[in-house]
Amino acid sequence: MSEKRPIISTGGRGPAAGGARRTLPMPARYAINAIVVLVLLVLGELMISGGAINRYQSTVLEQVGIYIILAVSLNIATGYLGQLPLGHAGFMSMGAYGCSIFIIRMSEFLGVGARDFVTGTPMAFLIVIGGLIVGGLCAAIAGIIIGIPALRLKGDYLAIITLAFAEIIRVVMLNIDDVLGFELTGGAAGLTGIPGFSSFLLVFGCVAVVCFLIHTMMKSRHGRAILAIRDNEIAAEATGVNTTYYKTLAFVVSAFFAGVAGGLYAGCVGVLQPAVFGFMKSIEILVMVVLGGMGSMLGSAISATVLTILPEALRAFSEYRMIAYAVVLIIVMIFRPQGLLGSYDFSLSRIIERVMNRDFPWRKRNDAPADTAEEKEVSADV
Amino acid sequence: MFITQVLNGLQLGSIYALVALGYTMVYGIILLLNFAHGDIIMVGAYVSWLVMAQLGLPPVLAIVLSVAACTLVGVLIDKVAYAPLRNAPRLSILITAIGVSYFLENGAQLVFGADAKVVPAYTDLTTVQVAGLTLSFPSVLTVLVTIAATVALTLVVQKTKLGKAMRAVSEDMGAARLMGINVNSTISFTFAVGSALAGIGAVLYAMAYTQANPTMGMMLGTKAFVAAVLGGIGSIPGAVVGGLLVGFAEVFVNAIGLSVWKDAVVFLLLIIVLVVRPTGIFGRTMSEKV
Repeated sequence: MSEKRPIISTGGRGPAAGGARRTLPMPARYAINAIVVLVLLVLGELMISGGAINRYQSTVLEQVGIYIILAVSLNIATGYLGQLPLGHAGFMSMGAYGCSIFIIRMSEFLGVGARDFVTGTPMAFLIVIGGLIVGGLCAAIAGIIIGIPALRLKGDYLAIITLAFAEIIRVVMLNIDDVLGFELTGGAAGLTGIPGFSSFLLVFGCVAVVCFLIHTMMKSRHGRAILAIRDNEIAAEATGVNTTYYKTLAFVVSAFFAGVAGGLYAGCVGVLQPAVFGFMKSIEILVMVVLGGMGSMLGSAISATVLTILPEALRAFSEYRMIAYAVVLIIVMIFRPQGLLGSYDFSLSRIIERVMNRDFPWRKRNDAPADTAEEKEVSADV
Repeated sequence: MFITQVLNGLQLGSIYALVALGYTMVYGIILLLNFAHGDIIMVGAYVSWLVMAQLGLPPVLAIVLSVAACTLVGVLIDKVAYAPLRNAPRLSILITAIGVSYFLENGAQLVFGADAKVVPAYTDLTTVQVAGLTLSFPSVLTVLVTIAATVALTLVVQKTKLGKAMRAVSEDMGAARLMGINVNSTISFTFAVGSALAGIGAVLYAMAYTQANPTMGMMLGTKAFVAAVLGGIGSIPGAVVGGLLVGFAEVFVNAIGLSVWKDAVVFLLLIIVLVVRPTGIFGRTMSEKV
């Protein structure tokens, strides 16, 4: 982000001929978004500590945040890179196991008790951050191992090979202890004793950071290269984009954030079983991305929120809820194949700029070109 | 002992091959990974159970009704869920297929309950004598039926007018339409044939494992899907070879006592084949037009 603009600059397209369009400078945009995110975080935390949100609801909220990270990270590979990976749960499980094993061993080594994670001592906080990064790195390494052979393939073959890798990861997690004599994953019985370190602030702090990082990456040169590959791989290669490098990069970044989400998931649930990270989990995340609209971060976040809260809200009708879910899925796809939001993305700054310019959708513009959403700004927390 | 294992491999491989044929045909014609295909088998197994255990009708009727029900469900799925999306992005159709799969699984769970139902034996005959060897009758029957079905399918695709239409549509849908081929009915026919094969697979599966449960289609479908990709998706001999390969790999891994790694070995096999031959064993490499 090296754009330098004066405070009030004259943009290229004005609402009226000759009129100056006022825009926000970049630091102001970041500042506004950061303030909004902070306010939302503090508000949420106050509501939890004040008791307006009970314990069950705050756990559901944590799940929402985790699924937002998963959906947004899968969106890099699906919406931005244009591939179809079916193994996101594999990366998630790598991250979950990597993170939990790191945290369990480190807290033993440093003598940090399980209570410290709940009260949040600085040492416990450092271990958690370290664990999340380790989880992300584990997933990223898996991403490299999978990505290099997988990205040689096209379309559906790529989909099936990622599915195969995720299933292999699951089987390995399931059997590594019994067969090879390690004491890592706990096998089918599951990995227990993970301190419950996930909290509303931690999860949504991660959501904000992940969305911000993905947003800035997609706005950078690297992001443009990834989008170019999606739109036309041959043309991108012809214009000098190193397609192998950027495809692997997008894939690995996607895996990294899935690993972080996996770590948070471990801290939220407390027990890890390989069966959780099966094929259906990957599909669940893919459904969130496609339903929300591929390439739309807001779409991913909204559908992740809705699809996480809806099953909880429908617990009373548990027999019918999966059927209802399936029917909704089919109907949405038939009537809105591009997803609920298509590729629209929310931008707080864009809205503020419109207000500054009194450029409202209901006001007729005679000579201005149609708004092509050339500036896709995403507020980090939606 | 060795012969038994080989026959087991052939039996399992044959079932995978029959299911893989359905995947391959649908993929060949509309480039859709039909995730609901595995669940069609579940429907077939439940129909067999319903007819024999609940209504007490003879096994022959159960077989006929199972295959008919699968065919009907397959065509219905195409008409209701996939036909409106012919021109939509491919990923949307894929998600729809996943939706259909969820729908069938949970519908079955709602109607029949989550526990497995025991499908009665179709025949009292359990063993046959072939050249002095005592072989399991269901295994021999499975292999024979699969051979017959594959030959029949090849004849339909290669020799009949409908088969020619199928090949034309899979080659170029637009050009086929211009030549006066009714694309929609050809696609429906493809779904019908693929689902009928799945119905046969369902009967053979129920004969071998004597049970039906709502999620049985998921793993079976995934393995058959792997088989189809392994052989080169879109290719009929590829599906058969892929199915047999997957079946043999599983039986072999079981036989050497590593049954917990069974799934991993199958998927590893897939990865190795795809890395060496990116379009599967019999797959055509398509050059991309710029």
